[in-house]
This record gives sequence, structure tokens and C-alpha cells, in this order.
Amino acid sequence: MRVAELAAAGAAARGYNFAYLDEQSKREVRRRLLKAVAIPGHQVPFASRELPIARGWGTGGLQVTLALIGPDDTLKVIDQGSDDSVNAVNLRALVTRTTGVWTTTDARDATIIQSRHRVPETDLTDAQILVLQVPDPEPLRHVESGETRRRRMHAEGDYGAMWVQLFEDVVRWGEVTAASGYPVRVHGRYLMDPTPIPRWDVPKLHRAETLYLFGAGREKRLYAVPPHTAVEPLEFDDLPFAVEEFGDARCRRCGSDASFLNASYDRETGERSYVCSDTDYCERRAAAALLDAEAP
Amino acid sequence: MGYVAARGGVEAIEHARHLVRFYRLRGGSPPLEVRQIQDQFRLAVDKAMGEGGLYSPFHAALALKQTEGDSAEAALMLRAFASTCPRTAASCVVEPGEMHVLRRISAAFQEVPGGQLLGPSRDYTQRLFDFALAEERDVEVHAFLTEVAPRSARLQTLARGETGGLLALAYSSMRGYGDVHPTIGDLRVGWVPLRIRHPRDGTPVLVGRVLVTEAEVLARFGAADGNGGAPVFTVGYGLCFGHNELKAICMAVLDRAMNEPEGRAPAESEEFVLAHVDPVEASGFALHYKLPHYVTFQSEIDRVRAVQRRAARREGPRDAGR
Repeated sequence: MRVAELAAAGAAARGYNFAYLDEQSKREVRRRLLKAVAIPGHQVPFASRELPIARGWGTGGLQVTLALIGPDDTLKVIDQGSDDSVNAVNLRALVTRTTGVWTTTDARDATIIQSRHRVPETDLTDAQILVLQVPDPEPLRHVESGETRRRRMHAEGDYGAMWVQLFEDVVRWGEVTAASGYPVRVHGRYLMDPTPIPRWDVPKLHRAETLYLFGAGREKRLYAVPPHTAVEPLEFDDLPFAVEEFGDARCRRCGSDASFLNASYDRETGERSYVCSDTDYCERRAAAALLDAEAP
Repeated sequence: MGYVAARGGVEAIEHARHLVRFYRLRGGSPPLEVRQIQDQFRLAVDKAMGEGGLYSPFHAALALKQTEGDSAEAALMLRAFASTCPRTAASCVVEPGEMHVLRRISAAFQEVPGGQLLGPSRDYTQRLFDFALAEERDVEVHAFLTEVAPRSARLQTLARGETGGLLALAYSSMRGYGDVHPTIGDLRVGWVPLRIRHPRDGTPVLVGRVLVTEAEVLARFGAADGNGGAPVFTVGYGLCFGHNELKAICMAVLDRAMNEPEGRAPAESEEFVLAHVDPVEASGFALHYKLPHYVTFQSEIDRVRAVQRRAARREGPRDAGR
């Protein structure tokens, strides 16, 4: 008898099925995920169930996680890079209460990582799955408000309106102003919203080792980027895609100059400093630096 | 404490949970019994069941107690609870003709077959405070009680829609964004029998009764195809759990508005209406903006600064600083 099995039995005994959803609901999610993997970047409608978490607070990612997770999995949940963000804590607690699985903050140890708006700085492997929560799966939303017309545009690969919007941006502002959630083309076919990850994270999706699954609970759509799939941001030949710039800033905690940094301001002096958004990456670097300093 | 604390998210949540309980109970009055809510907050219970899509007065009353009367939160709890219940059977189509009627009115036909039945209604009362209710005592209550004895998906979505959301859209149609002037052909409140087919021999078996409100509205017209182009009345249909007349009427108006073949108004667009009336989805998304957006905002700052730098250097394709 293993601890995870005992814990799982305990969870079931409290009146809820393993991983909360009933098995039919989980099967529905898995079937749609298989279709999503088979058609990279394509939004697949699914029968999105309500969870005891507010709609729009990660219920799509959570359904993916709940449908996939087994007693042997190790789970990591992050929100905007942080394991300790209150919503991440709450989502993680729901999964552990109903499954009894082990959790971790170390991105290297997790078999399933559920995330909102960040891809971990740590390189992920083919033994891991990254589940991203999706507020809005539709990259064309702001150029076409009608769902029927948007579906036709996807079906026909007609993304002219999106290109025009980027061009108008350049004409008006001199820059493409899309910040996070930068539109990408998957496998040279579907236009996809990579979720509001910063542009910094977009290159990590390109020909990755890891399976990326995207769940939009409120909008009832799933999509996927399988390993080794081309994921290319829309860009003009003479105005290449660029990630966020941090100049010569470094993380004030771990000293990193190669990670996405959040600015913070000193309450007294107003002085600006930066800290890694990925708390796991940052803490492991800071701990390693401490060990190096103490080494004889 | 910020709400992305480097450490302490768990602790903060635990404190928040205790505080919720504290604020619910700090007045020191006796705790509400679920049964009391179920009995005396009848319409709130009905609304929660309708929006929650689960006919269970007890669970609806418990949800209202737990959420301190927040109807959107109560609907969310009911739906989340339903997600854990395997669907073991589908009911037979409900026949509203079998309704055990509590209330039934028609604004179109004075002498409607079966007659008009006012039932429990505040419609023709003056909305003056009944200050006696502030002092209502057990004795009076007991004395009183002893004296008195692809349209299916659209309708389903509307039936689970938020009353206020349906009202806003239906009202817009009544005021000229679209043009449905509804005449209420039939408005009925009552109990309908619910049956499922027996898994062995397929005979319908009565499993219970549910309280529903049903509305049929009549509106002009459409030149019907099969009527030689002559104008005819068209019908909109609404049905929801519980006693909720406002919702059933608005649902029927929207059902009719969405049938408008060349509709341009928001209320006439099926896509527009159905995507925006769900209380759980709309409130969940509106409230998710409370979540941290540090990374996305940092990314926005990066873009704004890039444009500002470019404007300062005056090297955009056009005068970018306009």
C-alpha cells in the first residue's frame, strides 16, 4: 500500500470521486484533448463542467489537470510564476484534497505543471506536461466580434485582419503593441493565443520537448501544442518579434539577468528594483548562491 | 500582506476563510436554519435553483446561507455540486399541460380556457413596508398557516441565465433596440410531473414534481412562409425552475427576439445573448480581474515604454507622439 493510494482512498471516502469530476466528465476532457493534440493550435469545443472554483479563475486548466492526473503524479501549480499566489494555493488545494497526490514547487520534479500566464524558466522535459489556464482562447476576438465569422476565418486560414491590426499598430505607434498573449501561428496553420504569457515565454513553445495543453473553462475550448511543433509569432520581415527588455536590470534576490523580471518600488524612496517572476527558479538560484558562498 | 506573498498564501487564505465566517456571525443573532431559508426565502431559493440549473431547494437554501445571500455564488455552488453527480438518467419531455397550477394569467385572453388564477402574487399590492413583519412572532405564523391550505440549447441556456441579465437584454428589446412588444398569452406557475423511462421496459416512471414558471408571449409578426406572406403572430417561450415570473417573461421575449430573421439589435443576436447571460460565467470573469496581473502588466509597461522612447526620438513612420 502506498501513501498516495491511501490518501486517494481517503479523498474518495469524503464523498467525492478521485480528482473531483465523475469519470464520464474526465473522459470527455481527455477525448477532446486527443483531438486537440492531433490538430495543433485548433480550438476544440468541450463539455466544460462547473467546478467549485469561480468561472474564469482557472477552471479550464483545472479540468485538464483533473482529467489527466493519477495517484502517481506530482503536481506543481503556479500563478504568474508564483507557487504561493493565493489562487494557485487554492487550486492546488482542490486537487490535493480530492486526489492526495504529492505536490512540489520544483519545476524539475513535477509531472504536471498547471500555470497561469507564465511558462517556467526551467527547461521542461518530454516526461512533463504543462497545462495553461486560458482566459480567452480566441486570438481573433479583437478583430472580429462574431463567433460564426471567426470560425470561418480559422477554417479558411484567413488571418488578414490580424495582420492588418498589427500593421495599423506600427503605423500609429511605430511598434507592435501586443504585450502578453502575443498571437502565434502553430505548425504553419492555426492562429493561436498562447494565453497571456509574456512575449518572453513565447519562444519556449517553439519545438519544445514538452506537451502544452490549454484549457478555457468559461469559453469551453481546449487546444494543444504537441512536442516539437513549430510555434511562430506573427512578425514582419523588417520588424522582428521582440521579447520584453529589462536593460541591465538584475533580480535583486538571485542576481539573474536571464529571467522575466517584475518591477517593484520601494515604499519610502520610490526606487525601482526587479525580482524574478518565477519564484521557484529564483529561490533555487538564491539557495545555490548561498551554498557556494558557504563552501570552504 | 500583498496577495502574492513570497510565503504565506496558505495562511492568508485560512484567515480569509475565518473572517468570512466571522462577518456572517458577528451580529450575534441566532444562526439561520436552512429550513427557514427554504421556506421563507422562497423566491431567492427558486432563483438560485434556476441559475444553478439544479432543482434542489435544500441545496439552494444551504448555498444561500453559506454565501450570505449572494445569488451568483450560490448558483456556482449548485453547479459545482452537480458536476460531481454522474448523470444516471435523462427525463422524459415535461408536458406543461399536466401542470398542477399555482398561478396562471393571460394578458391576451380575458376568458382564457381554464380561467385566470391570481395565486401568490404581489402584483396588485402597494409596496409599502409592513412594519409588523419586523415583529413577526411564532404565534402569528402558526395561526396564518392553519388557515390556508437547435432551440433546446437556446432555451436551456436562457433557463440557466441570470434573471438580471435576461431582464437587461429583454428590456432593451422592449425599448426599441429590436422591437418586441410582448403580449403575455399565458403565464403559469405550478408543479409539473417529471418522469424518466424505466431502464428495463421503458415505461415512464414518475420521479417527482418540480415547480416551474412558464411564459408564452405573443408578438407581431413575421410574414410566415406558409401563409401566403400574410402577417401572423409569433410566439416566444420561457420556462424556468421555481416561481420567477420576471425571468420567464424575459426569456420568452428574448426567445422571440432571437427569431427575428433580419435582427440587428443585440437582443436579436443569438450569439450575443447566449454568450452573455450566464451568471456563473459572467460574474466569474468579471471578478477574475481581482487576480494578480503583475506579469501581464509588466509586459504592458514594456510596450508603453517602447512607444514612448520611439516618440521621444521622433523616428516612427509617422509622428507617433500625436
